[in-house]
Amino acid sequence: MDIQFMAAIPFLLGGFFFFLAATVGLLRFPDFFCRLHATGKGDTLAVLLSLIGLSIYEGLSLTSLKILFIAVFMFLAQPTSTHAISRAALRCGLEPWTKASKERR
Amino acid sequence: MTNFFLYLGLGLFSLVLLCLYRGIFGPGVLNRIAAISAIGTKTLVILLLMGFIYRRVDMFVDISMVYALLNFIGTITAAKYLEIKGEV
Repeated sequence: MDIQFMAAIPFLLGGFFFFLAATVGLLRFPDFFCRLHATGKGDTLAVLLSLIGLSIYEGLSLTSLKILFIAVFMFLAQPTSTHAISRAALRCGLEPWTKASKERR
Repeated sequence: MTNFFLYLGLGLFSLVLLCLYRGIFGPGVLNRIAAISAIGTKTLVILLLMGFIYRRVDMFVDISMVYALLNFIGTITAAKYLEIKGEV
């Protein structure tokens, strides 16, 4: 139980909390765009927190630099893929959910 | 601390199983693509946790990096295909 592990615990637990929130949003929201909103933001922040915590636990080395590189890459790639898939859904003619349309899809 | 990583990985695995519900029963292709992307993101963290459990992080970090790249390329490919095709 050293100091690096104590410093890494809040980041890892925060990352797990945001993963949990993104999963609940993916399961419970009524529309495709709402689900994409939940996973797109929640997973980005969760991956960022988890990888920062793991690199703190690893210490200063080439491996932790690689972990931070994965964090930077996911921070760029996750919003890009979310934007691409939502634009594809909009161009395919998927109507966003409103309160008037009660159906779930 | 290995136990902590193990329980965190098991929790993430249960979240992957919950996401797999949307991947299997989700209405339409787009919901399935979103669910698989979320599963890939969780798998990346699980791979790093496996590296910390087995004390071989220097090997598992490369696998995790490749998994992140493949997840991104797969999602972009599916999105471009559906956008050019023009219908769900």
